[in-house]
Amino acid sequence: MTNGNRLKGGLVDRNTSLNFRFDGNNYSGYQGDTLASALLANGVRLMGRSFKYHRPRGVLTAGSEEPNALVELRSGGRQEPNTRATVAELYDGLDANSQNRWPSLERDFMAINDRFSNFLTAGFYYKTFMWPKAFWEKLYEPIIRRAAGLGSLTGEHDPDLYDKGFLHCDLLVIGAGPAGLAAALTAGRAGAQVILAEEDFHMGGRLIAESGALADISGTDWVAQIQAELSGMGNVRLMPRTTVFGAYDHGIYGAVERNADHLAAPAEGKPRQTLWRIYSKRALIATGAIERPIAFENNDRPGIMLAGAVRAYVNRWASTPAQSVVVFANNDDAHQTARDLMAQEVEVPAIIDTRPDAPDVEGTEVLKGAEIVNTSGRLGLTSVQVRVSKGYTRDLHCEALAMSGGWNPNLGLTCHQRGRPVWNTDIHAFVPGEGLPVGQTVAGAAKGELTTDAALQGGAAAAVSALADLGITATQADLPAAQDAPVSLSPFWHVKDAKRAWLDFQNDVTVKDVKLAHQENFTSVEHLKRYTTLGMATDQGKTSNVGALAVMAELTGKSIPETGTTIFRPPYTPVAMGALAGRAVGKEFHPTRLTPSHKWAEEQGAVFVEVGNWLRAQWFPRKGETHWRQSVDREVLQTRNSVGVCDVTTLGKIDVQGADAAAFLNMMYANGFAKLPVGKVRYGLMLREDGVAYDDGTAARLAEDHFVVTTTTANAVLVYRNMEFVRQCLCPDMDVQLISTTEAWAQYAVAGPNSRKLLQKIVDPEFDISNEAFPFMACGEITVCGGLRARLFRISFSGELAYEIAVPTRYGDAMMRALMEAGEEFDVVPYGTEALGVMRIEKGHAAGNELNGTTTALNLGLGRMVSTKKDCIGNVLSRRDGMNAADALALVGLKPVNAKDTLPAGGHLMNMTGPIDAANDQGYVTSAAYSPILNTSIALGFVKGGFDRKGEQLRLVNPLEGQEIMVEIVSAHFVDPEGEKLRA
Amino acid sequence: MIIDHPLLGPRDAQEFTYLGDASLINRPDWQSENALSEFHDYLYLRDNPAGEHRELWYHEQGDRSWLVVTRNTTTHEILNVELAHDVAKAAAAERSAQ
Repeated sequence: MTNGNRLKGGLVDRNTSLNFRFDGNNYSGYQGDTLASALLANGVRLMGRSFKYHRPRGVLTAGSEEPNALVELRSGGRQEPNTRATVAELYDGLDANSQNRWPSLERDFMAINDRFSNFLTAGFYYKTFMWPKAFWEKLYEPIIRRAAGLGSLTGEHDPDLYDKGFLHCDLLVIGAGPAGLAAALTAGRAGAQVILAEEDFHMGGRLIAESGALADISGTDWVAQIQAELSGMGNVRLMPRTTVFGAYDHGIYGAVERNADHLAAPAEGKPRQTLWRIYSKRALIATGAIERPIAFENNDRPGIMLAGAVRAYVNRWASTPAQSVVVFANNDDAHQTARDLMAQEVEVPAIIDTRPDAPDVEGTEVLKGAEIVNTSGRLGLTSVQVRVSKGYTRDLHCEALAMSGGWNPNLGLTCHQRGRPVWNTDIHAFVPGEGLPVGQTVAGAAKGELTTDAALQGGAAAAVSALADLGITATQADLPAAQDAPVSLSPFWHVKDAKRAWLDFQNDVTVKDVKLAHQENFTSVEHLKRYTTLGMATDQGKTSNVGALAVMAELTGKSIPETGTTIFRPPYTPVAMGALAGRAVGKEFHPTRLTPSHKWAEEQGAVFVEVGNWLRAQWFPRKGETHWRQSVDREVLQTRNSVGVCDVTTLGKIDVQGADAAAFLNMMYANGFAKLPVGKVRYGLMLREDGVAYDDGTAARLAEDHFVVTTTTANAVLVYRNMEFVRQCLCPDMDVQLISTTEAWAQYAVAGPNSRKLLQKIVDPEFDISNEAFPFMACGEITVCGGLRARLFRISFSGELAYEIAVPTRYGDAMMRALMEAGEEFDVVPYGTEALGVMRIEKGHAAGNELNGTTTALNLGLGRMVSTKKDCIGNVLSRRDGMNAADALALVGLKPVNAKDTLPAGGHLMNMTGPIDAANDQGYVTSAAYSPILNTSIALGFVKGGFDRKGEQLRLVNPLEGQEIMVEIVSAHFVDPEGEKLRA
Repeated sequence: MIIDHPLLGPRDAQEFTYLGDASLINRPDWQSENALSEFHDYLYLRDNPAGEHRELWYHEQGDRSWLVVTRNTTTHEILNVELAHDVAKAAAAERSAQ
């Protein structure tokens, strides 16, 4: 293929030729091209199919507002759907495919929709798929889902890295057109910290798209000059390829920098895109304006483009959509398109201007007061039919049409904090109104000042005033003279009596659809949008919303501002999920916390389980064990028969110190701590203020004014937060300080009849840990292994004679190895969370399944722990009648009547006779396990009035799987109910 | 949002966790005659104003201060930030003076 539509000049590097593919055909372009500009240069006008009617479409714009030319870029894991060809930078080897067509772009089977357009009008889905109701799920929805959507993903893993970063500045300038450059220059010279973000890869905005915007210097040269100066300033950060997509609270902006989208693949180790959070003291919106189309019959054919876009292709990219281009406009600005085309020897058969008093243009005919009433050309424009004002029509042959209905200030970022635009009658467009985000101002075309001169002066002035707010004195930079004329527009929105005139190209919304919405009384803007899907495509209606509003205004007889405004939400343009995720993907989705002996556990072949962010050893399979139960049963038996060691580092640990430490714990826990002697540990139950059980753990008193508190692994962060709340907000006069020491100490449970003997080999001999000297619930600061400071607690979760020993984190690994070595003679076994769970169920200890946010101390059988003699969180409300009913749920043990049955956790309990339903529910099973000691399945659960129902039989039902198992209510303490073992 | 921490200066709201109405500081007396209904109101009856709201924020990824932030819930403008500890101390002093 040749670059038949390539012109002279432009900002493309003709020394760097790039090969690329579109729909399997090979083409070539130049460095500096976009996919759209290169395709146009190659004579390709047809680039996509529309969403609903599958109409053939070409490129409409030259920027990120593009509704039509959406392609699938790249392949495999890098495939990216709905990429706008207008912003896809060309690189060598680029591979793009059109989408939403089958089998090919030229012959699209679904184009049949276009024939049925009379039926597929607005509200089609609401009206058509209502009946028969049964058809919805099986027939309609699958068909609609298959027909919907544009591009596709391969489903393969995206191999690229996405990063996140934070930036701070005095002034964030968004958009590097004339206003943005003037502002950045002014602020940069004043020494302010400036960020200049530009979505394009080339700075300059319209300055590089227009042929003669400046008087004495070309726009491109001035841009290069300013860019060079700004690059040399250490206080200015230039960010091309960066889209500021959202304005958030307090001057925070979200931006995506496309670091490597212009390359086939990012360099090794470099990110594809970076998501920036920019903290700005002031921000200047210099995002320019977006041209609007005119609605007329068949105004969507490939080759019909916006006039300003045609100029950009001609001047910046040296490519023309065709060799013969007609202009259709309601303003003077578009006439420049004709001049620029003719300067490049492209034929302009005529300018069709809706204004009867339009000025003449040298070199072509201006048809004044004329309108285009139809167009021809199935896959690309071949001619336009013009109704000349005198009342007859004329055919004009052309392959492209440059249209302009005027310009809309690009308001996106001014609306993100609910700013409401206001109508400006001079330019017949919405301009920013009240309610701009804090610290934000607007300059240039984005403010409605549509000349280059106003943009330059306005940008510089806005920078001066923004910096003055910050106490920085700036003087307006010297700026070149501009020579462009005002747009001079006379409003013209659509050609009357057109049957199918497009307003929203991407979502296929026509003037007729707006009329239908009006006819059916969906006249408010919000209803109009939802009924017709206007502006709800990926382009957010950048080119369509105002035009549709104008049509609705005409129908209702109201003015445009009376009809409503249109506002925008973040993101300004679509943001890739990968950029939002950053590095938080796969295993890095959340941080992983490893205990100090994790490596040791890995060496043992442990199977790990995620507990919050922690990885904990679940069990330690040994050679020959083929089922997890074998490992767990062995770990339980070996612990109960001799000794086992479990890593309990993940339990929350909070250090509580101060003269009022005991009083503080009295406030935190339902039970009392004031009388706990130094050197003793006590179990503590925390309630929520509403009286529901919250968390449990132990508090060890190491000194009069020093406690060490443990929490469950899952609640460590929340309990600590809550304790700080109580300390700072509820007990502000107490002398007490807290610090989380979860990560400061590695802690191991040593459990089993031989645990003392094992520890005696580790604990330094000057510390007596005999039963007499160190009884059940004792605690103390000791040394181990010849001088290493440690803490020893004689507490037991398993019901065995047991201890927990804590050493500073960095000795955790060594401690685990030392315990294993010392325990060799006792056949010590490491046990994981499963065996831990089995043993606590056997012992009847409540855990997270029982403290599940619905149960009270009373339910747990700990009602008496809630002291009535002191205040504590939850004390008062736990006394509510409803929480103290006679038949309140009670924690009990359950065993199968038939010892071979397996009890499922989560099952509900029903009386032996009567219906199985919620009304007859007697309670539910919270935890179940196989007890290798009892050789049967056992469970803990809550039963109504259960403390008085021991020996009663119930049905444990699991209707989901049709299970019904007979169980007997027993004591929750299956093992050692008298607690002889733990006191041994 | 940015919260101007009284000790640490401006910090991103992402560093904080949110609790709710600052009236949670004013916990009733457990021995009061109407303790049950007072605690009920304390825990369950909160104002949910569109506009100025005094609320509790916790600087969890910072210095662990609880803050009382006065914030306009419709504009997110932050009008005042105090240490909750100071607010609670002042309230306690006032109570004991009565």
